[in-house]
Amino acid sequence: MAAAVIVELPDTSTNEINKKLDELREKVGAVTLGRVLTLVIAPDSETILEESIEAANAASHEHPSRVIVVMTGDADAAEARLDAQLRAGGDSGATEVVVLRLSGPLAGHCSSVVVPFLLPDIPVVAWWPDVAPRVPAQDPLGQLAVRRITDATNGADPLACIKSRLPGYTPGDTDLAWSRITYWRALLTMAIDLPPHEPITSALVSGLKTEPALDVLAGWLASRIDGPVRRAVGELKVELVRNSETVTLSRPQDGMTATLSRTARPAALVPLPRRETRECLAEDLRRLDPDAIYFSALEGIDRVEYV
Amino acid sequence: MSPAGSRPGAGQWQNPLRDKRDKRLPRIAGPCAVVIFGVTGDLARKKVVPAIYDLANRGLLPPTFALVGFGRRDWDDEAFSNEVYQLVKEHSRTPFRQVIWDRLAEGCRFVQGNFDDESAFARLAETLDKLDAERGTGGNHGFYLAIPPKSFPAVLEQLDKAGLAKPQDGSWRRVVIEKPFGHDLDSARKLNKVVNNVFPEESVFRIDHYLGKETVQNIMALRFANQLFDPIWNAHYVDHVQITMAEDIGLGGRAGYYDGIGAARDVIQNHLMQLLALTAMEEPVSFHPSELQTEKIKVLSATQLAEPLDETSSRGQYSAGWQGGEHVVGLLGEEGFSKDSTTETFAAITLEVDSRRWAGVPFYLRTGKRLGRRVTEIALVFKRAPHLPFDATMTDELGANALVIRVQPDEGITLRFGSKVPGSTMEVRDVNMDFSYGSAFAEESPEAYERLILDVLLGEPSLFPVNEEVELSWEILDPALDNWAEHGKPEPYEAGTWGPASSFEMLRRTGREWRRP
Repeated sequence: MAAAVIVELPDTSTNEINKKLDELREKVGAVTLGRVLTLVIAPDSETILEESIEAANAASHEHPSRVIVVMTGDADAAEARLDAQLRAGGDSGATEVVVLRLSGPLAGHCSSVVVPFLLPDIPVVAWWPDVAPRVPAQDPLGQLAVRRITDATNGADPLACIKSRLPGYTPGDTDLAWSRITYWRALLTMAIDLPPHEPITSALVSGLKTEPALDVLAGWLASRIDGPVRRAVGELKVELVRNSETVTLSRPQDGMTATLSRTARPAALVPLPRRETRECLAEDLRRLDPDAIYFSALEGIDRVEYV
Repeated sequence: MSPAGSRPGAGQWQNPLRDKRDKRLPRIAGPCAVVIFGVTGDLARKKVVPAIYDLANRGLLPPTFALVGFGRRDWDDEAFSNEVYQLVKEHSRTPFRQVIWDRLAEGCRFVQGNFDDESAFARLAETLDKLDAERGTGGNHGFYLAIPPKSFPAVLEQLDKAGLAKPQDGSWRRVVIEKPFGHDLDSARKLNKVVNNVFPEESVFRIDHYLGKETVQNIMALRFANQLFDPIWNAHYVDHVQITMAEDIGLGGRAGYYDGIGAARDVIQNHLMQLLALTAMEEPVSFHPSELQTEKIKVLSATQLAEPLDETSSRGQYSAGWQGGEHVVGLLGEEGFSKDSTTETFAAITLEVDSRRWAGVPFYLRTGKRLGRRVTEIALVFKRAPHLPFDATMTDELGANALVIRVQPDEGITLRFGSKVPGSTMEVRDVNMDFSYGSAFAEESPEAYERLILDVLLGEPSLFPVNEEVELSWEILDPALDNWAEHGKPEPYEAGTWGPASSFEMLRRTGREWRRP
């Protein structure tokens, strides 16, 4: 693969950036026709910036996209100023990446800077990898997007973050904490498919206090079963109790392999490492329609008993 | 209606964690064991075993999954597991991950024996019982017959005798078979009978790997999810349809399978007939398996060969020639083929579909070995515009519009139409508009076998042709096979070309031409 082309455009304009993008496209040989979405990333810190671009690049192998990163430069500057960096080819895979830094009065008008870079017709997804607006759909960037992705895991107080998603919810919102536990949900669902076909009478979700994926998992269970759902802090496991058996899915905190066990049956090992952000992001980009199940899981968190 | 395909009725147990709206949730197969017969054969080695690893890698196999090999080799579980390990490393689509392999390896077992050895099947039953108890495979067993059909009766009989074909309460037993499903209508019926004597039709999964391909499933999305194409998908606008499956490889080393079978039986009867059915069928009421089958059966039962067969069909046999810079021998020079073999390596037929939608539209099907390049495509060639306000010089270079579904390689769809050549004169020339899977969905699509094996384990029968489809396809093809058997021998064509002269002649008679795919 050719090395990535990186172009710095200090103190520039959106027109100039677009021209340069066209030029780069000819040089690197990328085409915009195959793009399926525009992903707008709004990171709050430099550390999360590179991590997010990396995740977006990885996800772009499944969803070829244009990635636009919007950051606040020097918000206190007197003059409005736009600095840009373009990346294409190389490790950016199927994407072209535009990093925009907004300074001065411009910092408050990020959507106006982003609009010229949105590709025609194709959907726009906004992603806040750390700090998310209270109501994502009302945020200027959120208003451009059909899908708004947050990540409670990187919030200052993850539990408070995931709980705040409900009051701020608009159809089209999702949180990466939710995609982080998709395979846990799939395995539990598969286990419950099997006889005895008895209702689940209660459930327990336990793990790190700072893992909001578990809170939303507990919320999901609370929205699906008639019975108490408890969330504890401790070893990582989920227990589903039926009259004649208990289904347990557990994993050492940092382990790669989980154990699925059921009363009076052989326990089974299953590879289940913690999902990385890029996998979660790729899953979230797979469907852009509102996720009603996520919404009911958020509602369910209120019914979870914290022990 | 089959239990596997029936709608969940009221009062049936519903998993509270399942919800149709929960589209994220992947369907993971329930506990089960897959037994492969013919595990040392090419099919098992290159397709089935690697696909099973890929499924495991994608997290779609149950934690309690077990893979059992059955064969003559003097292997123990460990030797078999090592063999599987090699195959996974060599042929799997997804990257090798130790943590996935460790889990898969735990469930590998090998049972040594012949297909007619009763005690071996008793050992197989014992092995499966043990897996049920120790690993928790739940009595659910899939038997993959990756063996020539002549061994089917022996294996099926032994499975029956050992009590392996009958599911216990609440579990399932399924059998997977591969083409050829017979060599004519009569033998297909017999084969179906042999299979159905042991396994009821709803637990028989016939693999036509074409139906596992994304591009083939996309035919339905293209036709029924869009408003754009349906209005022109009929005899008013379509002049004719060409379905081509061309291979560049020869038949060296495959004489045992191919000699006496030929291209029509090997490819047209199954793959191309299925492609025709999906292209020509009416819209199903829903994508429920039985509804889909109803439509496919309907269109196949309205399909027949165009007559006279001498003019509407063609067969050929490749002779020595240069293909892609390499000199290759003809079929008669290939190892294992007799010097006077009349096996055809190229076959083309013309079909008529007697329905309001397709009356008068010929469907041309062709397939062959050692052709120009490896390609499979379906091309709908449209009628010319009824009136051209241009004079002839302006449209000299305008061909017929075409919609081409590129099944493989370079999966995608091409639309071909006329466009003005830039300049001061009005001249129209053909141009292409292109959709390519590779650039719109950059992730590699799953192999057809992954999809199909998972569907077997989930008991999801949509993508498997049923008995009746197989028999109808033979019914359509048999007259051509009989005609060829009675008259002469296949016409030679040079390796690396697009088939014998008679195949071009068969279209030219009606003023048409094959596309060069």
